[in-house]
Amino acid sequence: MFKYLFAKNEDIPAGSAAVFFGFSSIIWFIIGTGLGSFNAAKLAFPDFVTGSYMFAFGHMRQVHVMAVIFGWISMAFAMAFMYITPALGNTKLWSEKLGVWTCFNWNAGLSVALCLMWAGVTSGREYTDFPWPIDLIILFAVLLPLGINVWMTIVHRRTQGIYTTNWFFGSAIFMLMIVVLVGNLPEYFSLTGLTEAYLTWWHAHNILGLWITPVAAAIAYYTVPKITGNPLYSHRIGHLHFWSVVVFYSTPAAHHLMSSPLPEWLKSFASVEGVLILVPAIAFVSNLLLTMTGKWHYFVDNIEIRFTISGVMLAIPLNMQGGFQQTRAINWYVHGTGWIVAHAHLALLGFSTFLEAAAVYYGLQTILRRKLYSLALANFHFWFLLIGFATYWISITIAGLIQGAAKIYEVPYIDVVIAEHPYMIARWVGGTMVFTGNVVWLYNMWMTARAGTPVPVGRLPHEIAYER
Amino acid sequence: MAFREYKIGTRMFGIALGGSMMITLYMPSLTIYSVGVTETGLVKGLSYGHNSGFSYEDPFLQGKGKPLTVTIKKDPVTGADIDPVDAYVYVPGTPFPSAVRNPGILGTEVAALSADDGQVGVATSAEGAVFLVSRGDYEGETFPYIENASATRDWTAAAVLASAADTDKRHVGSGKTMFIREGCWWCHTLLPEQTQDWQYFGLPPRLGDFNGEAPTAFGSDRKAPDLLHVGSRNSSKEWMMMHFFNPRLVQPHSIMPRFDYLWGEVDANGNEIDFDQWRADYKEYAAGNSLYPPLVPDYAPNSEIRYLMDYVLSLK
Repeated sequence: MFKYLFAKNEDIPAGSAAVFFGFSSIIWFIIGTGLGSFNAAKLAFPDFVTGSYMFAFGHMRQVHVMAVIFGWISMAFAMAFMYITPALGNTKLWSEKLGVWTCFNWNAGLSVALCLMWAGVTSGREYTDFPWPIDLIILFAVLLPLGINVWMTIVHRRTQGIYTTNWFFGSAIFMLMIVVLVGNLPEYFSLTGLTEAYLTWWHAHNILGLWITPVAAAIAYYTVPKITGNPLYSHRIGHLHFWSVVVFYSTPAAHHLMSSPLPEWLKSFASVEGVLILVPAIAFVSNLLLTMTGKWHYFVDNIEIRFTISGVMLAIPLNMQGGFQQTRAINWYVHGTGWIVAHAHLALLGFSTFLEAAAVYYGLQTILRRKLYSLALANFHFWFLLIGFATYWISITIAGLIQGAAKIYEVPYIDVVIAEHPYMIARWVGGTMVFTGNVVWLYNMWMTARAGTPVPVGRLPHEIAYER
Repeated sequence: MAFREYKIGTRMFGIALGGSMMITLYMPSLTIYSVGVTETGLVKGLSYGHNSGFSYEDPFLQGKGKPLTVTIKKDPVTGADIDPVDAYVYVPGTPFPSAVRNPGILGTEVAALSADDGQVGVATSAEGAVFLVSRGDYEGETFPYIENASATRDWTAAAVLASAADTDKRHVGSGKTMFIREGCWWCHTLLPEQTQDWQYFGLPPRLGDFNGEAPTAFGSDRKAPDLLHVGSRNSSKEWMMMHFFNPRLVQPHSIMPRFDYLWGEVDANGNEIDFDQWRADYKEYAAGNSLYPPLVPDYAPNSEIRYLMDYVLSLK
């Protein structure tokens, strides 16, 4: 990587930035899920690695969250930008060198930011925990160059229209930059009180709604038609999805603070808009599942489609929860409980991760022109991810319902802690399975790069997955 | 530009996103800005100081540059006995809180009272100041306001600190920083919910309880009791001390981490704390080999655990 930082743009092989982003994302996934597993162990066994400043739960919990969101998920997105955007424009990436620099800045910046946060340097605001100088560095040294690369690649495309995936990619980076800029206003200007609390959740909500959800969905809009060979079922439903994300998903931020003394009109408005999130959700899921028509055997015998469609199907419970759990009728019961934690993992580890994993699998094989080293290891990865995630999700959902029940029956809190203990152990087991699967994944992709069978010119990797 | 065939689309995108931000940012800001502060909000704003998260004066969140909350029992100037009153002491150089820097966030009435009766406008951070929360009348109604006692009563920060005993000084502001840095708010919320928490965790916060507090650290993921009123439920310093050092001493089923490292190197008498010995003794106790757990060392007056305890006990 370092030799390309100072090479001429035309000397850098096409796809380099995508490959670096791909491997970086897998490594951050291992770090993030490793920290998650460690944190879960501390919740199950409180005296596991105890009494030290660095390894206190309160210092590590947010490092896990930020490593997974901005290391794994966002870098996998960047990887997708680097190879899908040019592929859909029938062109090359605008600047491979800028892409490599973005990858370098991102890894360096995130490492510094996470180490500082681990040491306790935090703004104390969930999901925007980094101090504002670091947020500004991320904005201008990472997101801006990333955006310029994507936008210029779209501008220099050699196709007439812009495909659905690229609308999402181009606009999501722009929206993310706005969200980061505005979400940190309380830190630049020392805004306080409810303004600070509301903007914290405005930022958190929109990171998910205008960055993670639409970009993950956009990746599926590419992988499913590309691998199955079916055209996208409906371009118009794609339009509906795009516009309803911008209109509906950007507005319900206040539903994260339904039990706080925010203005009531705002909470009611947010709650209604929150149900309307079902519009983009249903549009997305139905569009993708109908695209699979006649090609469902890929769900069984193709690893990328299996990941993608599993992620799409996990979007169904995700959005059914998400649309309704924020209404007043349900929120009072589940707010602040493990139910919400399970929901967040359903979004990030279920829905989104499965779509990105497919993009990384597919991208690395096509760019490196190498067949996957081992399909068996890929299957191992898939099942460890799915079973580990399901174990986590189910156990923490149950724990959350216990907490909710305890809340209304006014049970002494310690009884909740006791009742949750078995589920905390199950959560740790599930998280550790995910971590194990990812270590195997890194090995598999590394060996793919080193020793995978070369893909002949004119063929695609998934076509020859079962050829020896 | 090759976006030209998307002229309508890009304009619609701008309108959609701009409209969304208009509704979700601009309109709520008008409502929130018009909220008048409560007495609770004033006390919190003054006792926490400028910003409890990352800031220039305290980049590593060590509790620097924060005010002291002092219970004054004697007039610092005359030495006469007075009714005890809590003062928020900003020694010279301590950054002022948002409530003093920008009184507009307090609401019209409180801002006017603080400026006219309280004389907060003359206070400067370079000279330091002593603030009180007083009550005054504004157009026939009683409101709390900030009184700059350095101007109204000639109470300087140095005089107040010299006249008060150490037991009357509380590092509430530095403690809030500890609360943020140690991530207490990842498990303990500061937001009893508006629905079912009344009986168990106390009154949910009111609208004006936060003006001037940053970060609010409501918390989102409750794995432990809400702490907004913990100082009212349990004000025992001894219990808190044991619970922070090793929660399993007082609650065998607790999953809270030990915060013994906040004690620092030495105890209240300046003797080095032997953590290894303590853990070995505790292990014996936990295994049932000894009848009593080892004693929790008294903390030094300038230890981080003192800051945190002062903050937690201030949550009435």
